[in-house]
Amino acid sequence: QQPAQFSNPETPGYVGFANLPNQVHRKSVKKGFEFTLMVVGESGLGKSTLINSLFLTDLYPERIIPGAADKIERTVQIEASTVEIEERGVKLRLTVVDTPGYGDAINCRDCFKTIISYIDEQFERYLHDESGLNRRHIIDNRVHCCFYFISPFGHGLKPLDVEFMKAIHNKVNIVPVIAKADTLSLKERERLKKRILDEIEEHGIKIYHLPDAESDEDEDFKEQTRLLKASIPFCVVGSNQLIEAKGKKVRGRLYPWGVVEVENPEHNDFLKLRTMLITHMQDLQEVTQDLHYENFRSERLKRGSRKIEDEEVNKDQILLEKEAEVR
Amino acid sequence: PHAGQVESKNEAAMSELVPEPRQKPVVPMKPMGINASLLGYIGIDTIIEQMRKKTMKTGFDFNIMVVGQSGLGKSTLVNTLFKSQVSRKSSGWNREEKIPKTVEIKAIGHVIEEGGVKMKLTVIDTPGFGDQINNENCWEPIEKYINEQYEKFLKEEVNIARKKRIPDTRVHCCLYFISPTGHSLRPLDLEFMKHLSKVVNIIPVIAKADTMTLEEKTEFKQRVRKELEVNGIEFYPQKEFDEDLEDKTENDKIRQESMPFAVVGSDKEYQVNGKRVLGRKTPWGIIEVENLNHCEFALLRDFVIRTHLQDLKEVTHNIHYETYRAKRLNDNGGLPPMTVETEENHESNL
Repeated sequence: QQPAQFSNPETPGYVGFANLPNQVHRKSVKKGFEFTLMVVGESGLGKSTLINSLFLTDLYPERIIPGAADKIERTVQIEASTVEIEERGVKLRLTVVDTPGYGDAINCRDCFKTIISYIDEQFERYLHDESGLNRRHIIDNRVHCCFYFISPFGHGLKPLDVEFMKAIHNKVNIVPVIAKADTLSLKERERLKKRILDEIEEHGIKIYHLPDAESDEDEDFKEQTRLLKASIPFCVVGSNQLIEAKGKKVRGRLYPWGVVEVENPEHNDFLKLRTMLITHMQDLQEVTQDLHYENFRSERLKRGSRKIEDEEVNKDQILLEKEAEVR
Repeated sequence: PHAGQVESKNEAAMSELVPEPRQKPVVPMKPMGINASLLGYIGIDTIIEQMRKKTMKTGFDFNIMVVGQSGLGKSTLVNTLFKSQVSRKSSGWNREEKIPKTVEIKAIGHVIEEGGVKMKLTVIDTPGFGDQINNENCWEPIEKYINEQYEKFLKEEVNIARKKRIPDTRVHCCLYFISPTGHSLRPLDLEFMKHLSKVVNIIPVIAKADTMTLEEKTEFKQRVRKELEVNGIEFYPQKEFDEDLEDKTENDKIRQESMPFAVVGSDKEYQVNGKRVLGRKTPWGIIEVENLNHCEFALLRDFVIRTHLQDLKEVTHNIHYETYRAKRLNDNGGLPPMTVETEENHESNL
């Protein structure tokens, strides 16, 4: 909001930089947004269904679900799908990184290696681009957010959940999600959420924290932020099927005992998750840049300076060898 | 009846490695074809009533094991099956219990009574199964426990002065809980069932089935059945043990259509249409555990308790136990282990 005396551009003393946010906004809209979301969790926890529901699209049209015998030999894969979504002129280039095979094997000791390597590779690439000569078209493939799916069938976190989150909480923003929430009654949900939060604290796991609303925001926004913060981890139900309920068509799941509505806040936290993701996309990117990436960068450069010295020694040696060959 | 069967089989089993097809339990004799018409009522049919009375007086043992990842509702389901708090998690259950670091075997016994019949029910829980990061060979403690019970029974059996009724701690039925992912079985499920279907009766169940719609349930069941078949896993009722055509028809239907049973368990009651029912309450409706339109709990209950309870025990005794016994005898050089009454000798002879 511009101070009253400068509302008229012709007013003497009006500089006009108050218009900057609008310019930034316009440029952003033209440029579009990039966002990379990683999705991790055992098979069958409802990850793909949830992603499709969140973005109202089908990211996995030709999906084949492997049987148990096939899974015995498989290792964790990384599969990235990019989709361009446009809404009211605003473009979003969304990359969803899937990790099929995670948590399926009988021995999951090596589950995380592939995933951590992937995250580090994106940081490495960005670091390389950032240090390069031509920096006009740096593509940001860094993982801005990781939805970690916790099973609704357990009593809390599993040993694998704890180990994995501890291994990546300094590299990426973790948002714990409980999908297939229609398997739980409301009381069971509260109990599970509390148990998970207690275990996260007990093990010192750092999950993404929504920033508090600024003091100059309106009350509604502040209240919304409070509600969101109080609902973590989100218990959601995903579906893109339209079901007839109470005279209108809603997205949901049809059971013999009733209809679960995806977008009904009394049935699950889907709307909250979506709101959180959309209103905090910017913040998720910032935290990735300012915290996780900077961590990686400083570590890497510290290691790197030692490595470069070794490389130079080797280069001299290689030169000597080559000269010997020539002679 | 059990003692009688074992005597005759001793000779048979020593010469063959493969147990004979199991014998029918003792039944009253049918009237002989030759003297077809009896001149009056003799009362042979009262043998059935005598057997019934005897069973009621002595009661019977039933040992059921539950296996599956933590949180799949095993304890709740067993409580629902026997309409009593019989699982490990009934007396003073602490919900804050941590997952054990290795697989533990916990057996809890209860005596429950219905219609004058006493059942000594033992529920064997296996906390820690499938919950670790590395679950390799996590079925071994379970297989070991099952074999230990066979060994215990064998030792009693080969005693010179035997107890009138050998206490039966052998596992008659193992309910294996499949996670309702809607996708397929997990590698661990296959490995467990492959190893254990050879030593115990396995009944696979799909846990927490209220997580799937009707179509998802049907598809998942089909896929699981196919996977079990392709991997050669024979779950109970095993095809090779069908006694006659009647059994085969009945069991075929169960094997090919009903199993694995998709169940929901609950120990809470709610009011639905004026009746009190066991169920789960959600904001979008009440799931009734015993309503066949909602889940297949009633089918599982009828199968395990009302129709196949005795058969489960018989297959355990006549097939699984005999297989174990034959192997033990062969390992011992084909000779029956010599026993003297004392405890120390028990160890050295076997």
